[in-house]
This record gives sequence, structure tokens and C-alpha cells, in this order.
Amino acid sequence: MMTGNIITDFSLLILFLPLVAFTINIFFGKRLPRQGDWVSVGAILITLILSLSLLINMFMNWDSNFSHEAKMSWIDLGAFKIELGFWVDNITIVMLVVVSLISSMTHIFSLEYMKGDVRYNRYYAYLGLFTFSMNGIVLANNLMSLYIFWELVGVSSYLLIGHWFEKHSAADASKKAFLTNRVGDIGFFIGIMLMFTAIGSFNFQELFTGVSQGMIGGTLLTLAGVGLFMGAVGKSSQFPLHIWLPDAMEGPTPVSALMHAATMVAAGVYLTVRLFPLFSPEALTIIAYVGGFTALFAASIAITQNDIKKVLAYSTVSQLGYMILAVGVGNYVAAFFHLLTHAMFKACLFYGSGSVIHAMHHSLHDLHDHDTDPQDMRNMGGFKSKMPITNWTMTIATLAIAGVPFFSGFLSKDAILAGTLAYVQHHPQHVLLAVFGFGAAAITAFYMFRLIFMTFHGEPKMPKVFEGIHESPKVMTFPLVLLAGLSFFLFYTLPYFNPFSDHGWFTELIKATNSVVPGNPTAAEIYEGVHHAHYLAMGLSLAVAALGIGLSYLMYMKQKLSPEAWAGKMGFLYKLSLNKYYFDENYNRFLYQPFLKLSRAVAYVDWDLYDKYFINGFGRVTNVLSRLTGRMDYDGLDQTLVDGVGRSAQGLGKQLKKVQTGRLQNYMLFALIGVIIILIVQAI
Amino acid sequence: MASLSSYLLVGAVLFSLGLYGVVTRRNGVAVLMGVELILNAANVNFLAFARFGGMNMAGHVYALFVIVLAAAEAAVALAIIINIFNNFNTINVDEVSELKQ
Repeated sequence: MMTGNIITDFSLLILFLPLVAFTINIFFGKRLPRQGDWVSVGAILITLILSLSLLINMFMNWDSNFSHEAKMSWIDLGAFKIELGFWVDNITIVMLVVVSLISSMTHIFSLEYMKGDVRYNRYYAYLGLFTFSMNGIVLANNLMSLYIFWELVGVSSYLLIGHWFEKHSAADASKKAFLTNRVGDIGFFIGIMLMFTAIGSFNFQELFTGVSQGMIGGTLLTLAGVGLFMGAVGKSSQFPLHIWLPDAMEGPTPVSALMHAATMVAAGVYLTVRLFPLFSPEALTIIAYVGGFTALFAASIAITQNDIKKVLAYSTVSQLGYMILAVGVGNYVAAFFHLLTHAMFKACLFYGSGSVIHAMHHSLHDLHDHDTDPQDMRNMGGFKSKMPITNWTMTIATLAIAGVPFFSGFLSKDAILAGTLAYVQHHPQHVLLAVFGFGAAAITAFYMFRLIFMTFHGEPKMPKVFEGIHESPKVMTFPLVLLAGLSFFLFYTLPYFNPFSDHGWFTELIKATNSVVPGNPTAAEIYEGVHHAHYLAMGLSLAVAALGIGLSYLMYMKQKLSPEAWAGKMGFLYKLSLNKYYFDENYNRFLYQPFLKLSRAVAYVDWDLYDKYFINGFGRVTNVLSRLTGRMDYDGLDQTLVDGVGRSAQGLGKQLKKVQTGRLQNYMLFALIGVIIILIVQAI
Repeated sequence: MASLSSYLLVGAVLFSLGLYGVVTRRNGVAVLMGVELILNAANVNFLAFARFGGMNMAGHVYALFVIVLAAAEAAVALAIIINIFNNFNTINVDEVSELKQ
């Protein structure tokens, strides 16, 4: 049992240890032995231990209402107050464990993956910065400090995506990620300010109280909710701001696993989970549609991608859409549950892809082949004999993501789908949400097995490269094995053993709270609906998963169905999916280009008109005036007055000098005259 | 007629003449003679005050001192004039204006 003070101390340590590692590595990393990676790894492992001890404490307490808040005043300007503080409850603790676990695995995995990198110490420093900011988001007890860490996460994402900034595409991707996130963050900030204006506080609890007292309501609350959700749209890469995440795969693969799969992109979901009680029914509907649409839409892109990391990236977007959908339909505990399970199996998949890419890269390097893309699945095939551990762990993670029973993804996805189904049963006009959910589930199963079959099964496509493929070293396979292990259902259902029910420590310790907005169903009502829809949802999700896996098996394993023929049959749709629905192109044509045109026009006005005539005119006038005053100053003041004083002194001196004749007789005469004057003066 | 003021008048005339000589003469020796006249004007005054003004013997003693001093002064000044002549080849005091550069 821990007291509040100890929890605060632990939180402080968890928050600041990675920052310490960052500071040490960024300044002294190069001079330390092994470029300081042990500092970062040590710091993160301590963080992990601390987080796990919080988790164990949570289990010992077994209190679903546990909540601990510690805060201090940061800025106090009377009515405007900003506090810094922690709000630790069960959600926070689970999230801390996820962040520090995945971060630790990334640190370990990178020991081998990033070996010999040019900016090795900087890489580890940035990982520390990221972990610090992510933990800051997780621990924040108010919107303002959350927003600060939110932006810090954006910065570290920018730095890590652009780690190999010599590559043009990486530099572009980092910029794209940062700027796209800014778009969402503007909405986020507007949402924060709307909330603050109405309620006068940033603190979560005070916001909940304020909303429940009706200090903000109606359209304004919906607007504020949508604004806050926009932050999540940006960070969690939801439609229409999803474009940055696939490009972010330019970063090192362990970074993709840590940030762009498990934790950073989950920050948006975490935010909506945290703020769930604030959202009005209208805002929740919008959230549900955005999430549901993203889930299906991103999944449909993932089908046709050939880059192994791109498939995973779109899969991540899709799974995040699932979570957002779950928040939208009110089942936010399921969203958080999926966040937890997804973090494990998706990180595992990313490490697996990293392991494959690593092997491909080395094999191609040995063949002096620098043109073949080591990430293209069309160059792989049959790797299962060469990389057994990677194969098995990735297959387990794939089974989990596809929603196969006995794996974690089944439980969480099932909970989400049950929630969606319950919502649709209540509101039949939103039947589209269920279509999104189950459709995406089928497609997910399909493209994930496509990835497995194309990579690990079948005939090697490039036999020469295949010769050089070998299993990655232990530091890389260890995280794989650990995370694959955590993809089994058991870790989430303990102390129960029923693989078909998500009933376990998670659902017992993390209980939904009621929304504070009137008009929303209570947590009990939502739970009731989910409970009723549970078996139907399970049946349906099993059916669609089987469908997806079966289709994938027929196409890519048995080759009974030719993917090419199908692609030909659905030419238009195939092209649409392959080109990601031309989003980048359309954004380019309808957003960037017009904006650039506008910018150019504005630049023309600014530079050619305003600057050239107005500003330069000002300059010219100033010039003339300066010359005038210069002349006044020089000729008038300097030459006449200042020099005049000198000249008059000189002239006077010259005159007086004449008195100094050098003739003693004259001096005597003057003395005489002086005496006479004195006498006369005396006489008078 | 033999009163203090008439003696003083003689002294003043002598002084003025001496001063005039000192200020106007160009010749160094003439300047020296002017100085002698001034000294003797002083002597006349001393003696006049000794006779009429109650200075008594002190006036006489001072007068003697002045005569001695005048003799010494004449000796030194003449030596200076000779040196000036040696250096500048003139005894015109206007040309001996080393003080003014």
C-alpha cells in the first residue's frame, strides 16, 4: 500500500528520469562510453520498475475508485491561474506502464537496430525527451500542462521522424507530421480556451464539476468538445488529418513502434478517454463517425500497400479509428482497453517489421545492392525458415490484431464492436457505424495476414537476398517475444480464465464514470447495452475475421484466387486504394497549391508593392530628412555653435596672447597701470 | 617750504622718472639707471620720514641699507648686462625676449 506522497514521488521520478537521461545524453552523450546509451536504458528501466510498482500497488489496492491528485500553483494572476500537477488514477497507472514498457523495449531494441548510427547519442536523447513528454501527458491533471506536454511530444516526434534528415523524404515527413499536428492543435487550443472562458479552470476535475453545474452547455459545449477532439484527430492521425502517420514511417522503425503505433498516437485516444465526461451527445456522434470512418478508410488503404511499414502504419490509423469510435459510442473503457492491447501487439508487429527490414538491409548490404527497397514485401517471402522467432511473434501479434480468440485483440476489439452494436441498436439511424466497425474488422484480418503470408510464407521472391537473411540478435528478439507473450488474452483477464469474456482485472479496476453532460446515457446504461450486444458482436466479429483470414489465405497462401485478377476486376477501387484515395494529391491541389498561390499573391503585395514603395519610400523620406538634419547638425550646430565656442576661445586667446610680449618693461607697465587703477578705485 | 610734502614730492618725481626710464628705455644700462633712480626716490622718502615722520634713526639705517643694496645691485646687474651682451651681442632689452617664443 502506498500513500499519496509516495505516489507523487514515484510520479515525479517517472516523469523526470527520462528528462535527466535526455539532458545527459544531449550534452555529454558523445563523450560517454558507448555514446551514453546505458544512461538512457538505465533511466527507462528504472522508470519501468517504478511504473510496475505502481501497477502492483494498484492490484494490491483493488480499488476502482482510486484517484490521487497532487498539484502546485505555477502562474497565479488573480483570475487567471495555471497549475501544474498529477492526477493519478487506474487509467494513468496502466498508461504509465504501457509507455514505460514500450519505451524500454524500444530502448533495448535500438541497441542493435541503431548500432553504428551517426547520431546514436542524439537518438537516445530524443527517446528520453519523448518518454518524458509522453509521461507528462499521461500524468497531467489539467489541460494547460497537458497541452504543454502535448506539444513537447510533437517536437520529439518531429525530431525522431527526421532523425535521418539527410534523406529528403525523412526531412519532409517530419515537417509534414509537425504541421499536420499543428492544424489539430489549433482546434485543441480553441477547445481549451472555450472551456477556460466558461469555467475558469484548466483542472480536469473542476471542468467536470463546472460542466455538471451547467456553466457551459448547448452548442458551445459541443464546439468546445469538437475543438478538444481536434487535438486528438491530429495526434491520433484521424481522418482528415491522417496523412502524416504513414509518412512518419521514414523515422527509425523502433521509433515507429514506440511513437507511431503504441504511445504517441494513442495520446489522442487517451485525451478523449480522459475528457470523455465532457463531451456532449452531438460531439460524441461526430467523434464516433470520424473514428468509424477512419477505421474503415485506413484499412481499405492498407490492403494494397506493399511497403511493410506502410501497411502497419495504415493499420495503426485504422485501429486508432476503432478506439475513437469506441469513445464516440460511449464505451470509452473499451477504447482504453484496445489502446492497451493494441500497444502491445502493434509494437510487436513494428519490432517484427524492424527485424525483417534489418535482416533485409544487411543481406542487401552484403550483396552491394543499394537499389532494392528493403521494406517492399514483394521482395520478401519464405522468411519463416530463416527468421523463426520473428515469424512466430509476428504471427501471434497478427492473430491478436485480427481478433482471433485467445488473443488480446479479440477481447478489446470485441468490446468495441459490442459497444458500437449496442449504440446502433439504440440509435438505428447510425447503422453506418456498425458497418464501419465490422467492415474494418474484416479488412484488418485480410491485410494483416496478407502481410504475414507475403513476408514469411510462399517462395522467396529474391533467392539471392533470401540467402543472406538471418534471425536478428537477442536484444532485438527479446522485445518481440515479450510483447508477443503479452498479446495473449490471459494477461488481461486475470484472475479469470475465460478467453471469450473481457471480464478481468482491467474491467474491474477501470470503471466507466458517468458523463457530466445531461442527455448522455449513464455508464450503467452503456454497460447494459454492451452486455446485451456482447454475444451478437462476438459472433459477427468472429465471422468477419474468419472471412478476412480465409480470403487472405486463399489469395496469398494457396493462390487459388489471384490478387492481380481481383485488382484488375476492381481497377478503379484498387487504384484508389493504392494511391491512398489521392489524399496527398488532392490536399496538394486544393489546399497547398491555392494556399501557395495566395501566399505568393500576398508576398507580391507585401514585397513588390508594400515593401518596395511604402517601406522603401519611408526609407527614402527618412534618408532625405536625415541628410537635412545632418546638415543642420553639422553646418549649423557643429560648425557654428560647437566650433564657434572653440574659435572664440582661440580668438580671445590670440588677443590675450598679445599682452604677453615677453618684455619685462611691458609687464612692469601693466603692473603700474594696475596699481594706478587700484589707487583710483580706493580713492573713489 | 621745508616740509614733509615737498620732500615726498621730490621722491615721487624721482620715482616717476625712474619708472619712466625703466619702462621706456631700450638700453639695458639706461634701465639700470632708472632702477637706481627708483631706489634713490625711496631713499629720499626714508630720510624725509626720518626727519619729519618720526622714523628717526631707523630711516637713516634703511637708507644706508638701500645704498648698499643699490651698489650690490649695480654690480650684479652690470654683470648681467655684460653677459647679455656676450650672448646676444646687444644690450637692447627688446631683443632679449627669450621668454616669448
